[in-house]
Amino acid sequence: MSPSGVKLIGAFGSPFAHRAEVALRLKGVPYELLLEELMISKSDLLLKHNPIHKKVPVLLHGDRTICESLVVLEYIDEAFDGPAIMPTDPYERAMVRFWAHFMDNKCAKPFMLSVWSEGEAQKGFLKEVKENLALLQAQLEGKRFFAGESIGYLDIVLCSLAHWLTVIEEATGVKLVADDEFPDLRRWAKEYTSNEIVKPCLPDRDRLLAFYTAHLDRYKMIAKAMLQQ
Amino acid sequence: MGDHELKLLGMWASPFVLRARLALSFKGLSYEYIEEEIFGNKSALLDKSNPVHKKVPVLIHKDKSICESQIIVEYIDEVFSGTGPSLLPVDPYDRAVARFWAAYIDDKLFSLFMMMIKGKTTEDKAKGRRHSFAVAETLEGALKGCSKGKSFFGGDNVGFLDIVLGGFVAWVHTRDILSRSKQFDAGKTPLLAAWLERFCALDATKAVMPDVEKLVELSKMRQARDDAAAAAVSQSN
Repeated sequence: MSPSGVKLIGAFGSPFAHRAEVALRLKGVPYELLLEELMISKSDLLLKHNPIHKKVPVLLHGDRTICESLVVLEYIDEAFDGPAIMPTDPYERAMVRFWAHFMDNKCAKPFMLSVWSEGEAQKGFLKEVKENLALLQAQLEGKRFFAGESIGYLDIVLCSLAHWLTVIEEATGVKLVADDEFPDLRRWAKEYTSNEIVKPCLPDRDRLLAFYTAHLDRYKMIAKAMLQQ
Repeated sequence: MGDHELKLLGMWASPFVLRARLALSFKGLSYEYIEEEIFGNKSALLDKSNPVHKKVPVLIHKDKSICESQIIVEYIDEVFSGTGPSLLPVDPYDRAVARFWAAYIDDKLFSLFMMMIKGKTTEDKAKGRRHSFAVAETLEGALKGCSKGKSFFGGDNVGFLDIVLGGFVAWVHTRDILSRSKQFDAGKTPLLAAWLERFCALDATKAVMPDVEKLVELSKMRQARDDAAAAAVSQSN
């Protein structure tokens, strides 16, 4: 028996939750969005459906629960009809999965630490961020989107580069990318953020900026803890 | 069996390489295995085929390189869907559940092993052991849910998740010997303990399992090296 009723537990400003939302919209799947106030407390619903990680996004599809944004993306692609999010060729699928893991496992830490740390350590992380961005830009190969003519899995996965990056630069006063650097990525960022399907589920820029500005100290603490690991 | 034009760059002690070997073994695929030096310089082939991470395993299929053990397993399953059993489940939700637990295993289990092996203090190591029991208990629940009363995470047959966890099996045995305790204790995690025995008894597993005695030796050697380094540091302060 097929499930019905799709709900998405998300949170304002989360690029991971955004990934799930964009995928649902690309597929044309109607959904109810439930927003957590993560800085205040986690709802019973979130704790019940994601007891292991207690994080967003959580996709509720009938009586099914799916957690972890990358897992959610592949589930949405497989469970619903509509335009394909993943490539069909196995090698291309392996490639986009590789770069998704690269983004989440290798890029996240230096990215955070390049804006929230100081001195010599910061210089090192900045260098690493630029190297990572160069590797990612190379995957664009001059195309409109990573997936080609229309948005696909890797575009969605890299969404924080398109929208969140400049907001964080502004909030912290740290310029990660000079105005003349990574022109292909810039062009792609504009394409992604202006897309009609994507735009409505991007967090409002001013509100996002205010959010980061208000929580600067908290992020500094998280970065400090990361450095000590 | 034919030539599938497959090469696997690996290292005998790596749980991630073991995963790839298990997948190839269960699918019944032939390949050329190329061993990377454990403490030596990385080979030109490795540098070329995994320039980003320079790590094993790397699967080379007709000159295309595929990196990251879980990605390799999914790739093998998709490309060789007509050969041997299917590793990923068919149903999208079952696939999502398998992928969720696979991500959990890499997130929690690996870092715990590292903490236990490389833990700086006895306290760190003890903390590692406590957390690993907690993780084992969580996996016990996962096994119960995924297997639905059958022998493996994949049901009647070995599947993706069995292989993902299976990569760590040699190290589980190694830690069991070195710590004189069971990582998957039959009293606390009976399903996992039974799974471990069953999984290791399979021919396809035995065909690729590394020599646990050698792993024990390697672990002792690493420990001695780390202890010597720590002693040198404390003497120079």
